[in-house]
Order: sequence, then C-alpha cells, then structure tokens
Amino acid sequence: MYKILKAKFIAPNVKSFIIEAPLIAKKRQAGQFVMLRVHDKGERIPITIADSDIKAGWINIIVQGLGKTSAHLNTLEAGDHLQDLVGPLGLPTHIENWGTLVCISGGVGTAEALPIAAAGKAAGNRVISIIGARNKDLIIAEAQMAELVDEVRISTDDGSAGRHGLVTDVLQDIMDEGIKPDMIVAIGPLPMMAAVSNQTKEIGIPTMVSLNAIMVDGTGMCGACRATVGGKTVFVCVDGPEFDGHQVDFKELGMRQKMYKKQEAESHKCFLEKQMKKLKTEQAEEVSS
Amino acid sequence: MKREKPQSFNTVPIKERLTIPRQDMPEQDALLRSTNFLEVNLGFTPEQAVIEAQRCIECKNPTCMEGCPVNIKIPDFIQLICNKDFMGAAEKIKEDNSLPAVCGRVCPQETQCEQVCVVGKRFEPVAIGRLERFVADYAMLHGNGSAKTIEKPKPSGQKVAIVGSGPAGLAVASDLIKEGHDITVFEALHEFGGVLVYGIPEFRLPKAILREEVANLEAKGVKFIKNFIVGRTMTIQELMTDEGYDAVFLGLGAGLPRFMNIPGENLNGVYSANEFLTRSNLMRGYEFPEWDTPLYRAKHAIIVGGGNTAMDAVRTAKRLGADEASIVYRRSEEEMPARNEEIHHAKEEGVQFLNLVNPIEFIGDEQGNVVMAKCLRMKLGEPDESGRRRPIPMEGSEFTMDVDMVVIAVGNGSNPLIAQTTPEIETNKWGNIVADDDGRTSMEGVFAGGDIVSGGATVILAMGAGRKSAAAISEYLKEKVGSVT
Repeated sequence: MYKILKAKFIAPNVKSFIIEAPLIAKKRQAGQFVMLRVHDKGERIPITIADSDIKAGWINIIVQGLGKTSAHLNTLEAGDHLQDLVGPLGLPTHIENWGTLVCISGGVGTAEALPIAAAGKAAGNRVISIIGARNKDLIIAEAQMAELVDEVRISTDDGSAGRHGLVTDVLQDIMDEGIKPDMIVAIGPLPMMAAVSNQTKEIGIPTMVSLNAIMVDGTGMCGACRATVGGKTVFVCVDGPEFDGHQVDFKELGMRQKMYKKQEAESHKCFLEKQMKKLKTEQAEEVSS
Repeated sequence: MKREKPQSFNTVPIKERLTIPRQDMPEQDALLRSTNFLEVNLGFTPEQAVIEAQRCIECKNPTCMEGCPVNIKIPDFIQLICNKDFMGAAEKIKEDNSLPAVCGRVCPQETQCEQVCVVGKRFEPVAIGRLERFVADYAMLHGNGSAKTIEKPKPSGQKVAIVGSGPAGLAVASDLIKEGHDITVFEALHEFGGVLVYGIPEFRLPKAILREEVANLEAKGVKFIKNFIVGRTMTIQELMTDEGYDAVFLGLGAGLPRFMNIPGENLNGVYSANEFLTRSNLMRGYEFPEWDTPLYRAKHAIIVGGGNTAMDAVRTAKRLGADEASIVYRRSEEEMPARNEEIHHAKEEGVQFLNLVNPIEFIGDEQGNVVMAKCLRMKLGEPDESGRRRPIPMEGSEFTMDVDMVVIAVGNGSNPLIAQTTPEIETNKWGNIVADDDGRTSMEGVFAGGDIVSGGATVILAMGAGRKSAAAISEYLKEKVGSVT
C-alpha cells in the first residue's frame, strides 16, 4: 500500500497528490509516468509524474476526475492509501540545448510540463511557456511554471484570463513578434496536441508530444497502448510516451481513446450511484444521531 | 540416470493391469461451462487415482522420467499412489517440481511423459498428468507446506534476486531457498505468477492454486516484492552493488506481443492475446463492472493463431457471451501447436475452427471499430524450418467475414526493457537474452532462463530452464564464497 501524504484540489475536479514512494522518487526523470490502482478491484491507469522529492521520498501526481478510476482517486485524502503504484515507466524526455524551447500545455498537462520545462531550462534553453485552458479557473500550476521559465503566456477559450483564444493563437503571436522557437513540446488534450503539431509542421518547427494512450500493464507486455507514428506501430509505454508530433496519427489515437467510452460511462455511473448511496446513509446517520 | 527401483505397492497382476481402462477425468458439462469461468476439469477421485496408478507396469527403464523436462520421479510417486500414500506421492514430486498443481494442469503431458509411456505403445498411456494433479490437489487440501513442518536450512549469507515471478522464477526460488540463500522475487505487476496469472484463464488454472503455491514458497522463507520493475525502479547493477545481491536470475518471460503487420490492426476491438487475456485474467474484466477494467463482449470474435494461447482466448470470448467465437489458423488442425485437450475442450464448448485461413486486412467503421476481416484461404506446401508444412495463399480465394472483435495470438517478441537499461547483457537480434545451457549471461553473476531466453515456450520448459539456472547459481555462489575466503 502506498500512503497519500497530501491531497488538495488545485482546480475544479483537479486534485494534486503527494504520495510516499521513495524508490520512484529517486529514479524518475522528466516525462516518466507511474501505473496505479486505487483499490483491489481497480483498473491500472497511467499518470505522469509531475514532481518528486528524493530526500522526503515522495512523488506528486495531478489527477483530473474524468472516468470512474480518476473520480474515485479524487475522493481520496491525506492518510488514505493507493492499492498499487509502480514506476517510473516510459522513456525520459530527451532534453538538449536547442536554443528557444516553447512548452505548450493545457489542462493537467501543465503539471506534466513542469519537469520538462525545468530540465529544458537547466540545459540552457530560453523557455517560454504557453498555458491554455477553457477558462480562468482551469489554469493550474501557473505560478510554479513562472518560477521555472523565462516567460509564461496564457490563453483561455472564453477570454477570462490571458489572450482570448487558443494556444495556437499565442504561438502565432510569438512568431509574429519575431521569436523563432527551435523546439516545441506540447502536452495536453489530444485535439490541442494535434492542432499544435499541424501548425508547426507547416512551418517546420520540431514538435514533441506526450501521448496519453490507454494502457493495461504499462511495461510493454500487452500492446493496448499502440499508436501509429510515422506509419509504424509503436507501444506508447515502452517506445514513448513522447513522440514526434508531426509523425503521429492523431485521428487513430483519438478513436482508440474512445474505445471503452460506453463501458466507462457504465462504470462511472455505478460508482456515482454507490457514492450517492454512501452519502445518503451518512446523512441519515447524522440525522438519527 | 541412477535411481533405485521404487518399492512396488501394486497388487494387480501385470497382465490384468493392461486391461484396466484409462480413467476419465470428470469435467464440467460443456454447455454449462461455456457460460462460466469455473475450472473445466474437476480432477480424479482418490479411487480413480488408485485405479489409474495401478495401470503402471513398473518398467525397468522408466522412459516417462526422461520425457519430463524436470525428471520427476514418476514411477516412485505412482507406486505411492497405489499405496494410497497421497501425501508421500506429493512430497516425491516436489523433490523435482515445485509447482505440481500448476504443471498437472497446464503441462503438455501428451508430448512429454505420457508420449513415451510404455503402456501407451499398445494401449492408452498412464494418465501421469492427471495423477500429478490429483496428488498436488490432495496435498493442498490436506495442508501441505504449513510453516511449522518446514525445516529451514542454515543461512548461507548470500542473497539472490529473482526477476519475474512466473514459472522460471518460482522454480529458481524453490531450488535455491533449500540451500539457505536469502531469496527475493521481484514482480512488476500486482499479483505473483507471471504468465500463470495474466495468461492462463481461471477455467484452466484457478488463481487460488497459484496463490497457495506462492504462499508455500513464502512459508519456506522466499521474499516476494510486487510493483517493482527491475530496470526501472532499480537496475540490475544497483541490485548487485547497492542492495548487495550476489546473483540475479532474469525470468522475464516473453513480453511485447507480436502483430501481423496488416492494415487495420490498430482498430478498436483488435486485441493482442496478451491484452485480451490480461484484461480478463489479471484484471478480471469478465466481472466488469463489478471489477473496473472493461473488456469487449463480442457477437462474433475471431482469434488468429493455433496455440494454447489462442485456445484460451477463444474460450474466454465464448464465455464472455460471443454468439460465434472462431479460431482462424493458417495451417490445418494437424499442425496446430495447441494441446489436443484444449482443442477438444474448445470444440465441445462450441468454438468454430476456420483452418487454412489467414486474415490480410481488418476493416473498421467510422468510429474506428473493427467490423470485418478480409481473409485468404491457404493450402499446405512443403515442410518449412519448423518441420510443419508451409501455408501457401490460394489465388483468388479472398473472402470477408463480419467480426466485431479480433484477438491476435501469433506469439510474442521480447520486452526491450532490460536491453534498454542494461546494455552489459547481450541480446540476440530478436531481443532475447543470450545465455548458455545453464543460464549464464554475458554479465557476471546474472543468469536468465525461460521465455526471455528461448522465446515463447511452455511452463514446464521454463521451469526446467529455471532449475538448470538454479544449479548454476548455486555453483557460482559457492565459488564466490571460496574466492572471498
């Protein structure tokens, strides 16, 4: 069992966990992930490691409650335990001194971009961060990012913070200002990574994306996480998770991500019903006592 | 092979023995079992076991023992069954095989011990596998391996790390713990047993049996650590230098599923056998949504391949409710690598066999779900390097099938993890670890065995490789002590 040391919501439906895992903390590098199970009948899900502390022996993960497993995970508090936790998995991000590195992130992807931005900065790059979100409340880790990089720019779909628009608009602004990025890293929802890759392919800026495929074992054994990159099948868990965005078949990956949509909805509904029942019993108990 | 002839307890005169029919093993009714995941074979009764044991004619040269990759003392344990000493029989098997309840279920006995049984030359061979299973189950039921009966050997002061808790790793652990070494088994997943857990369905090998076998090893002092990926959580080098392991055994199995490299293979609903079976066996997808991991329930599933894994997958698909579950195999049934028993069981459960057929493309709908398989009919040519007749496509034989699930069960490659993180260990062009007959790799103190060396094989061959490595590790550790003092 793996103890949760701290847990707090950092945006609506987005929770940050500090989990005791000294061996993983010691080993992990930017871009790597863990596989975890919340309880003994649970799914194995991959989550990128956002941060770690070797001395204190913890890792930090940021979880958006989307399906059953992540929603359940987000009900856990400090002092609770995860059933299983294994890692670090995947290849570490390849970092070098490219010159100007633009880190584009959306949603919980921003937390995952932090270690990459930090490593990029440490390698001598000028690092610009673009953070995108639907609205102001959904922007996470902006302050942490600001400490690491040279400049942070924000875009929101509704204009409630930063530039009214998409991350691709901000990237266009940057280039219009005469800044030529040498390398782009995009981490976030698939449509965002696809849009960025499309935009940069035309102008020939190398772009790395971090793919979030469905996984089961996470160690190369099952082949659930396959994607097509450059016309070849790759396993995201052992060949990635990072790939050349210009080579990724986003359409196929998008369809694969929806493979269990129906089952996930069913599973999530069961979970919510159980939660409601639990809540009602608790309320009833409170009333009776 | 030096061995004293066991005491005979068989009271049946030799000639009469040959008139006793081979005992049938009771099994769940085919119609009923194709709807549940409970074990198919129910095992001999004690009476049946004794009758079957009495069929053994006690050959001077017991060829059965030579046919067994770990040389179980088969005549000895059979005589103990004749004497109704079932616990004694179990102990006798365990001198050579630490997982008899597993091997009694999943070994291909018909091509090993039973194939060379002398009785089998004129009659049906003695059902050695079923007898092994019977005594192992009997011993389990009557409390074998309880901690207090185990005499622990004097500690050697030496530590061995075993990577992977599948059949090879468990065999090594079992042999080396007897010598007083400090043994730790590292497992990447959250349950112990490797392929025995994720690959073999409950209806063929109940998990409770495996847990019991692991618990027996624990009672003997073997330490088990799960959720630990050697190569990532810690490298082999770190295990040896930082954690003080004197030797390491790599029993990683054959990871990385093989695909056919045909169009449409990444469509939704196209699984590797590893994924399909892992979702079902390890993650209990068949109990979704009670268990969280989803698994497709198909109307028409095809499973591509003809090995035991393909049979496991097709029978699983059937149990998940498929109206039609078919094996698609490019050769004829004669060339199928699967055990006869599995093919027979599958047929009884209503599985269809499309032999001499090979898919060339999978076609999907707009959402990316597989809806059709395009196939070619094959004919058999001359034998190829595997000794089996080579399948040749028949021109103009293209046809399509409506399918909503495909499982590719055409074997596994090797997991790249160790090669990625431990370049000191030599691998061949297929990514398998290069090791000599005793499992020595190119890195000192590191041994390897099982599928990661041989490529996909059987449980008992992996155990055999494990036992050879255990002997070599033992030798290596003795020399190491010698060189220190």
